[in-house]
Amino acid sequence: MKVAIFIPCYVDQFYPQVGIATLQLLEKLGVEVYYPEKQTCCGQPMANSGFEDLATNCNNLFVENFSGYDYIVSPSGSCTLHIKDHLHVEKREAEAAHIRSHVLELTEFLTDVLKIDKLPARFPHKVGLHQSCHGQRGLHTSQMSELIAPGFSKPQHLLSLVQGLELIPLDRADECCGFGGTFCVGEEAVSVKMGKDRVADHLHHGAAYITGGDMSCLMHLEGILRRQHSATKVIHIAEILNAG
Amino acid sequence: MSSREQILANIKKNQPPVTPLPEITQLTTSGLREEKVSKFTSVLQAIGGQVVPADSWDAIAAYVSTQFPSPARTINLVQELAGHLPLAVLEKDPHQLESVTLALLKGHFAVAENGAVWITEARLGDRALPFICEHLALVVHADAIVSTLHDAYERIANEAPYEFGTFIAGPSKTADIEQSLVLGAHGAKTLTLFLLSGN
Amino acid sequence: MEATAEPKTKDHATLADTFNKDEARVDWHDKTLWFVRQKRDKAAWQIPDWEHLRETASQIKHNVLSNLHHYLTQFEKQAQQNGVTVHWAADAEDHNRIVHGIIQKTGITRVVKSKSMLTEECHLNDYLVAQGIDVVDTDLGERIVQLAGEPPSHIVLPCIHWKKEEIGQLFHKHLGTPEGNSDPQFLAAAARVHLRERFMTSPVAITGVNFAVAETGEIVVCTNEGNADLGVQLADVHIACMGIEKIIPQRKHLGVFLRLLARSATGQPITTYSSHFRKPRPGQQMHIVLVDNGRSERLGSEDFRNALKCIRCGACMNTCPVYRRSGGHSYHYAIAGPIGSILAPGLDMKKNADLPFASTLCGSCSNVCPVKIDIHDQLYKWRQVLAKNGYVSETKKTGMKGMAFVLSRPGLYRFSGAVGRWFSRYLPFTMNNSLNPWYKQREMPQAPKESFGEWYRKNKKRS
Repeated sequence: MKVAIFIPCYVDQFYPQVGIATLQLLEKLGVEVYYPEKQTCCGQPMANSGFEDLATNCNNLFVENFSGYDYIVSPSGSCTLHIKDHLHVEKREAEAAHIRSHVLELTEFLTDVLKIDKLPARFPHKVGLHQSCHGQRGLHTSQMSELIAPGFSKPQHLLSLVQGLELIPLDRADECCGFGGTFCVGEEAVSVKMGKDRVADHLHHGAAYITGGDMSCLMHLEGILRRQHSATKVIHIAEILNAG
Repeated sequence: MSSREQILANIKKNQPPVTPLPEITQLTTSGLREEKVSKFTSVLQAIGGQVVPADSWDAIAAYVSTQFPSPARTINLVQELAGHLPLAVLEKDPHQLESVTLALLKGHFAVAENGAVWITEARLGDRALPFICEHLALVVHADAIVSTLHDAYERIANEAPYEFGTFIAGPSKTADIEQSLVLGAHGAKTLTLFLLSGN
Repeated sequence: MEATAEPKTKDHATLADTFNKDEARVDWHDKTLWFVRQKRDKAAWQIPDWEHLRETASQIKHNVLSNLHHYLTQFEKQAQQNGVTVHWAADAEDHNRIVHGIIQKTGITRVVKSKSMLTEECHLNDYLVAQGIDVVDTDLGERIVQLAGEPPSHIVLPCIHWKKEEIGQLFHKHLGTPEGNSDPQFLAAAARVHLRERFMTSPVAITGVNFAVAETGEIVVCTNEGNADLGVQLADVHIACMGIEKIIPQRKHLGVFLRLLARSATGQPITTYSSHFRKPRPGQQMHIVLVDNGRSERLGSEDFRNALKCIRCGACMNTCPVYRRSGGHSYHYAIAGPIGSILAPGLDMKKNADLPFASTLCGSCSNVCPVKIDIHDQLYKWRQVLAKNGYVSETKKTGMKGMAFVLSRPGLYRFSGAVGRWFSRYLPFTMNNSLNPWYKQREMPQAPKESFGEWYRKNKKRS
């Protein structure tokens, strides 16, 4: 099985430890991991701002980088969803289609492909899980609270395999944090208020760490936590699953 | 071109290819009589209605005379109660009904899942009556409770055609002020439901 | 009557920023609406086949849209046979003119109106008032905002942004209730007396329409307060105004929609009154005004036609984390929230270009929608349309172009990748100053020594 990892641009630039944890975790689990070095971005910032057209070159580059792998795995639900829904390259549509149907967010890959039921991880802390909307509602990594349907959660299942980890409950299990790409600056007031409310829910239930599958949400929550001089930290789920 | 022609032409041009209507029969449900009675009772109570089980017409009449003693203006349009309470003859002008304290009407049937009672103009006397009266009392036979709204519309299809019909579920209410529930908005302030068993 | 609110020119972000100046009030607004969302969840869980019911409703509405020409003409014919006069209005002006014309013929000026989002969309009240008609909204929430000279901030809960103390003040001023009394029970009772007098003296009643049945020509109007019924049954003339998309094929389909409507809206199993008006009461005139106002045009758009399935339950607003924290008026359109944000640009792209961006695309709206409108996908699609038509700011476009330029060139990306350099150039949120909207209330991410790519080349690269 040939697996390529896609490390989104802002993770590459600001949170290299998440990329490292993803790579080490997959290797630890026996996966042969490739990192196409010319990768940059999924194109979502442009597309979500209304400029899908400007993402054309990013799309070309993505297909060039990620063709020929069995799976493409990324530690970001949001970027994964964007590729799944919007990657199109006119001249290489067959390759693009293969990528769209074989790109997986990390927790999906661990649960659905590797079918992980034990992990050598240890993380003896109180942890709150932030369900990022694109992973949850877009990729269905967890059941959504709006639907009248049986519950499940891939990230929660993985966290339950971590020794010593105590998952805290939340009042609102899957409310959006308010990052939303350019929304975070375009609608600063509401974005921050949403983030503060999410943070308050986690703090209220005693979280020492807030984790999730999307570093973008966590970057936003981290910005608020640090402004509040909080002792609570954010940590990507890959780092927890790779810990110990 | 008139607005009508213009709108219809535009629609004809723009509507997508026809897709079929889904089956809704599979959503139709039934249930045991006791289950329906208990569901209906709990739902109606939860939405502010008062359910009074009655095993006879006499019991209903007795309840009414205790709870709404004269000089309350009571309008009774339930034939079976005529022996106890005279059948009312209504004025032509619905505004005259403003002084009605209690209207006593017989519903066609009730719906367990939502506590609603179906009633049409044939039993309303005047269409304004159930809305303008201060208190409303409806009589429904315990055998005449259907499980869901799907069943309700199946039943309506088999009854005489109506000109005006309404589902009434509980007293009129509003939660427009800070989501605080207030019973008695513009319509009846209370709803008493006589659930008749036996004959 | 006081003047209605002046037309809004500020965009959603600005209005939301103002709304957020009072954080305690935002918390209160958020919690009140979240409570409604929770009631909806509880009601929906009572129905084991809820998701199947939503799918059925969505398919019925799809059939309606695909066969609307037939259903409308069938409805018209049935309604006429029932003794109802049917009118067709191409747009809002047409609608207002028709309604006024009907009122004018009666020679009276006192009108009661129950809730109708269509008449809000058409600004009927303003029009009638300008013609000298004294129109009173009879839904309690609508009456409150009418007295305050405001539009509703929510399609089901029109004054959800008002506190009871403020309503007490308003009633003291307009209805003469004792100053300082803000008990909801007392205020609602005062409104009952105030409006009962209007019901008794208004010979014309305007209502909205929740559903119109093609098969039978009847319309269904749902209220909890009984205000639509009281108005209509005491009037000589009933005018019902509806968008052409309110048609459903057969009466039995009401079973599907009435099961969904109130549960989605407020968590009630059904509204108190669901009245089926088939024929006018003896001696009464009944008019139905069928309004297009952009709907037939919308029907032709594959991407956006599903918005016409909307049954106006408001569930998408209650669940929307942005709506709850920005208030209905920040959407500066008759219908607020996620559904308003996909309807409004269809009517006026320029004026409403900001609305599809007033969302994080979290998708909760689409999940609660009882007719399964792909609301958040349409928000994304509207963004593309708005950008293509030049309704997105030049600054944003230039920034995006710059980003796209760097991100499509791996060499350049790496070269400028020394942290913070290109980000600070193309993304506004990486500058540490008070003008930076990210930094205003959030710390910047801390710059690591090296990027993942750099680490990989040093530590992992296969030679």
